[in-house]
Amino acid sequence: MKNIGLYLHIPFCKSKCPYCDFYSFSGKETEKDEYTVVLKERILSSISTLQRKGDTLYIGGGTPSVLGAKNLETLVKACKTDFLTNDAEITVECNPYGLSEDFIKTLYNCGVNRISMGLQSAVDSERRMLGRLSDRKQVENAVKTAQNVGFENITLDVMLGIPNQTEKSLNETLDFSISLGVPHISAYMLKIEENTHFYKNRHKYDFPDDDLTADLYLQMCETLENQGIMQYEISNFSKKGFESQHNLKYWHCEEYLGLGPSAHSFLNRKRFYFDRDFNSFMNGNSPIQDGLGGDFTEYAMLNLRLVDGLNENKVSERFGHNIPKELYEKSKIFIDNGYMISNENGIALTRKGFLMSNTILAEIL
Amino acid sequence: MAKKDNIRNFSIIAHIDHGKSTLADRLLELTETVAKRDMTEQLLDNMDLERERGITIKAHAVKLDYKAKDGETYELNLIDTPGHVDFNYEVSRSLAACEGAVLIIDASQGVEAQTLANTYLALDHDLELVPVINKIDLPAADPDRVANEVEEVIGLPCDEAPRVSAKTGQNIEQVLESIVSLVPPPENRDSEPLRALVFDSVYDSYKGVIVYVRIMDGKIKPGDTMRMMATGAEFNVVEVGYMRPNAMEPQKELTSGEVGYITASIKTVGDARVGDTVTTAENPASEPLAGYRKVNPMVFCGVYPADGADYENLREALEKLQLNDAALSFEPETSGALGFGFRCGFLGLLHLEIIQERLEREYNLDLVTTIPSVIYKVHLTNGDVIEIDNPSHYPDPANIDFCEEPTVEAHIYAPPEYIGAIMNLCQDRRGVYVNTTHLASDRVDLHYILPLNEIIYDFFDVLKSRTRGYASFDYEMSDYQRSSIIKLDVLLNGDIIDALSFMIHSEKAYAKARRIAEKLKDNIPRQMFEIPIQMAIGGKVIARETVKAMRKDVLAKCYGGDITRKKKLLEKQKEGKKRMRHFGTVEVPQEAFMAVLKLDDE
Repeated sequence: MKNIGLYLHIPFCKSKCPYCDFYSFSGKETEKDEYTVVLKERILSSISTLQRKGDTLYIGGGTPSVLGAKNLETLVKACKTDFLTNDAEITVECNPYGLSEDFIKTLYNCGVNRISMGLQSAVDSERRMLGRLSDRKQVENAVKTAQNVGFENITLDVMLGIPNQTEKSLNETLDFSISLGVPHISAYMLKIEENTHFYKNRHKYDFPDDDLTADLYLQMCETLENQGIMQYEISNFSKKGFESQHNLKYWHCEEYLGLGPSAHSFLNRKRFYFDRDFNSFMNGNSPIQDGLGGDFTEYAMLNLRLVDGLNENKVSERFGHNIPKELYEKSKIFIDNGYMISNENGIALTRKGFLMSNTILAEIL
Repeated sequence: MAKKDNIRNFSIIAHIDHGKSTLADRLLELTETVAKRDMTEQLLDNMDLERERGITIKAHAVKLDYKAKDGETYELNLIDTPGHVDFNYEVSRSLAACEGAVLIIDASQGVEAQTLANTYLALDHDLELVPVINKIDLPAADPDRVANEVEEVIGLPCDEAPRVSAKTGQNIEQVLESIVSLVPPPENRDSEPLRALVFDSVYDSYKGVIVYVRIMDGKIKPGDTMRMMATGAEFNVVEVGYMRPNAMEPQKELTSGEVGYITASIKTVGDARVGDTVTTAENPASEPLAGYRKVNPMVFCGVYPADGADYENLREALEKLQLNDAALSFEPETSGALGFGFRCGFLGLLHLEIIQERLEREYNLDLVTTIPSVIYKVHLTNGDVIEIDNPSHYPDPANIDFCEEPTVEAHIYAPPEYIGAIMNLCQDRRGVYVNTTHLASDRVDLHYILPLNEIIYDFFDVLKSRTRGYASFDYEMSDYQRSSIIKLDVLLNGDIIDALSFMIHSEKAYAKARRIAEKLKDNIPRQMFEIPIQMAIGGKVIARETVKAMRKDVLAKCYGGDITRKKKLLEKQKEGKKRMRHFGTVEVPQEAFMAVLKLDDE
């Protein structure tokens, strides 16, 4: 049986960013400790019920770092015992704001080997717009501290489509990231989700339009690849060998367990998730069933997010049939116009195609 | 010849909003035809209740019993008339059924276009006019001035005219007394062969068609065989009677001078059309009453279900509406752009709007309609003349000698300070000036010949806005005139979208083409590929726009492991595609069609 991934959701944040619709709240110190206890119990009971090994652990949120080094250590250790493989990728999302050397050392020493930090922008006016508490200098210090402690695999989140963002300001952000020498960058085009500050105040901000955002995206892909940070997914770039193993499980339509309020799981063909409700999770409520997953459409939808796209061999290995002819036929117009490419190995979207992937997927799937 | 001294048959005529329906309500109330507790506002209002709510049998005509001051009880038959030029023929038939008409004039607004138009119509039928000055309760009321105006403009003495407020009920009794004293009673012609004028007919699902008639000569009773003189169709009379506001009151017979209804298991209103004469097969009249003509649709458009699956429902709905509306015509039509639908014919734009609204409201249909067209006469080089109401039947321009379009005689009444604005508007609409008549110190009548297709969209709305609501407008159909009519096509991505083609005067084509192209550009969402929009006459492109290709439609983040959310978005996107009209690779939302149709509203 294949190893699975484990996702732990830490629903606490110091403050809510204006673009974020993930489940989080500020939380009291006692709640954080209690949550750690309950989550640890869930981890242990799930491990013993599942009888599966995991080779990725991803602690995300929210802001996991607000849980404190000690609590995070408790959770990581709980996962390592009897569950994680020795070479497992263990990622923790950290807020660069007030990240101390001691904190980073604690994570490093308990086995965390990948740190994700929200840079979003290296231009402080843009960072403030996004509600980030730290300035550019603090991010730089946090990254350098982590590197000094021994973290090689550090990823930065960068955002496109920030109000008032220009090609010039994006370049500044990219140059800054590259100068720090990180091997992985996630670059998300801002999507205004309902129930966020940005949505409610969308008319007050000057968001770059779709054309400019598309230009920024293409420019970014090129800039990063010139530095050897290669695109491997719509929004993810890395040096060879530093691809996020955990996120690849999602995109390869492989199995994972998610624990914590709002965390999603895909196990034994079933999808399920925990309610977006802290108390419900604390009370030990069962996850909510979300139907069956893993059919070809879903598999294709996810794999086509990747630069490698749909691979004939992998498809026939998993489904016992080739990529349907119909899919190639429907894709022809997109191939002819540079939105997709195909060869005997399979079919994939190009960069131009990624930008239009919703439309294309709706056409071909 | 003897008279039926106690019968009075009358209509109420007025310019729109001068209080026709409210006065009718008061008359019903005062004669206790309707108990006060049953009184609902505007009981007889044809347009709202009949035409919108459909086949409920409220009185189109109603019988009132009135005990006058002379001690006699009179049978007053009030025949209500529709108030719009689209239904002019029906108004004319209603008037033909009467001996008199109450002419209402608003005490503040005075004589308006339809006041005059209706007055002339009434005089054409030799009706005795009973002027009534209404709305004297309004602060702006000036009954003396208005009375003078009526005398000056219409030549109708107004010294004795009741000055009333239908709203408050003030002086309403005077109206009834005036009707009794001024409107002549009908003649007694009971011994003649039956001749009854059909002034309306409605479909009832239990009784079949209910025919509203004025008996001019003779008698009719259940068991008689009635014959429609225009069609020759015969039916066995099942029931005759009087109309009361809330019920029908069966009688043994109807006799000359009376107004009432006949039922005879008639299947469609087309068998008992307004204006036809009813006689009996047993003792037929030799000549029908004057003036029957079949009402023909003037305005045509394609009506398509937004969802192709509703085609049959649309057909059924149209069939049901036609049961009650002989003027509505429809036949199946296919459009490359819109699929299966119907080419429908209407009396005018109001009629079109009413039908469309009823289809949408009462039958729950989501519709797409094409640009309305009038009937053009196209003279071909081989000498043939063809009539065209559908741009897709427009012949190859090489075979066209010339075209003719229908015109109307229009009268616009307004205070003199708006003459300039009105003349500009009429000029814009290709109007030909005939003359100006000064009706009174503050009222002129501008007489124009206007092409029908220039007034069917929005003429009245624009007129109102350019004259701050002071102008009124009336028209009647005139003859066909030679005109430079061409067909304008819309091409998306190089393909003609047949549903958007329309016929237009060549001088107006360029401006219109540019506006439509812009409007389409604004209303067609950006798609994968660039979409050229072209407006063309024949093969010649006269305007173009481009909808740029969409650049970005992507979910940058995959919501952690929440794949279901992404899947739902994909499903939603596919659903969205289904609601679009597809032309090759181009998807056009319904709103884009609507936007083009509404072009003139701005």
